Amino acid sequence: MMKQTSYLAKTVDSLKPSGIRRFFDLASKMDNVISLGVGEPDFVTPWNVIEASYHSLEQGYTAYTANAGLLELRVEISKYLEQNFNVSYNPENQLIVTVGASQAIDLALRAILNPGEEVIVVTPSFVSYAPSVTLAGGAPVIIDTDPDNEFKVRPEQIEQAITDKTKAIMLCSPNNPTGTVLSKAELEKIAAVIKKHDLLVISDEIYAELAYDERAISIASLPGMSERTILISGFSKAFAMTGWRLGYAAGPVEILQAMTKIHQYTIMCAPTMAQHGALEALRNGGNSVQKMKMSYQQRRNLVVKAFNEMGLDCHNPGGAFYVFPSIKKTGLSSESFAEQLLQKERVAVVPGNVFGQSGEGYIRCSYATSLKQLDESMKRISKFVEKLK
Amino acid sequence: MLEQKEREVLQLLEENARLDIETIAKMVDLSVAETQQIIEKLEKENAILGYSAIVNWSKVLEYEGVTAMIDVKVTPARGVGFDKVAERIYRFPEVKAVYLMSGAYDLSVSIEGKTMMEISRFVSEKLSTLDMVLSTTTHFVLKKYKHDGIIFNDDEDDKRIMVSP
Repeated sequence: MMKQTSYLAKTVDSLKPSGIRRFFDLASKMDNVISLGVGEPDFVTPWNVIEASYHSLEQGYTAYTANAGLLELRVEISKYLEQNFNVSYNPENQLIVTVGASQAIDLALRAILNPGEEVIVVTPSFVSYAPSVTLAGGAPVIIDTDPDNEFKVRPEQIEQAITDKTKAIMLCSPNNPTGTVLSKAELEKIAAVIKKHDLLVISDEIYAELAYDERAISIASLPGMSERTILISGFSKAFAMTGWRLGYAAGPVEILQAMTKIHQYTIMCAPTMAQHGALEALRNGGNSVQKMKMSYQQRRNLVVKAFNEMGLDCHNPGGAFYVFPSIKKTGLSSESFAEQLLQKERVAVVPGNVFGQSGEGYIRCSYATSLKQLDESMKRISKFVEKLK
Repeated sequence: MLEQKEREVLQLLEENARLDIETIAKMVDLSVAETQQIIEKLEKENAILGYSAIVNWSKVLEYEGVTAMIDVKVTPARGVGFDKVAERIYRFPEVKAVYLMSGAYDLSVSIEGKTMMEISRFVSEKLSTLDMVLSTTTHFVLKKYKHDGIIFNDDEDDKRIMVSP
């Protein structure tokens, strides 16, 4: 028989599907599962935002917006970033509204990478970073962070990963999946290495609003960094708007104009009704954000204590809505821990290794789940761990 | 700092008065003893006045009940203003809430009874006959959609997919 031709591009064909997919398939087929595997808020979008979006539709705002997004939205984003993160961007030419932060990451990579150029990806990380680098024609260079250092990247590690092909580094603080927040002092040391080697930073700050112990610092706010940082954020996490698919990027004019050019040819503009919702979120959503933040913080406190009490070491993460407890004491791998926990006790968590090999021995649990469910899931996990002893 | 913790404890209890003290303690990052102390203090100071359940009585078979909101115009009395007349009204056990209002009328009275007749009788016999009461307007509640921040018959299903990055 003749060999079937593959029509796929080699780059795509060689990409491994995300390890999260398998757990999704397993968990969705079972009943009575409590899921701590969800990477999004458990709150529904604040009503005023939904209502504003309705209103925009009623008013007939159903056409395209400017490529970079509604100017008034860009103006609000610029004000918001300045007030909260001490960074300043011209809404006319340094900001773009995107289809989720994910599209902003894709645009940033495509705008800066020549074939074969390297991007340093600090892991454990959001599952899309390395594949997005590959899809943009670059080569991801992985840094595995040290669990004993709360998964914070050390400047020496960055130095070691740099080659003459390195173009940029991707950072995410507060981090998905570890919840780790980099302090100003830590960011300053990283910034020094970046400046010394004339690199760019793609800084994913989607969880910046959800930092509980001290405010998250944007690396772009450090001296000499705004001209080499592409700041990426969005409405999904802080405003509970994941399904609206609305994010943004801000950065140096040249890069943002290049990103807008790609966006113009490939997407045209972010959804108009979502942009109108986002406008309301920025203008009148502050109280909702603070309420949700307080609730996450309380649930974090609860869950961290619960894991430590059941004998699974869990550091107290400064932000996002994930805890990343160690399951090394059980002697199981992350995958088999997660799979057995799901089969035996019906709790879905995400094995840490899907976020990078330094996540092996850990599991990611989202505490963006109702108190009742959290309480029940902690009982189930505790029972599961007890039986393993 | 303590005031912040007190506020957190109050908010948690307001949302769910049955939350156990161990959970509250963990959530606000205090010991159980410290949390106990805070709650006792708040109870003693009457910051916490009681603990109750929000009941959707329409779910209870054969339950009969009517709620009405009554706008009451009154003449305030010298020296005690509206307080005295408000007390005359709120002491009736069937009166569930009394508020002093700005605007077109003075007191907003919420009352629960078994039948419309029962409420009409209360209004005509007890309320309108008070010397200080000038007029009343009674509005019967037809359906409760939301009470004390709780939406009745809310669809609380988690609409998120099971596992996502």
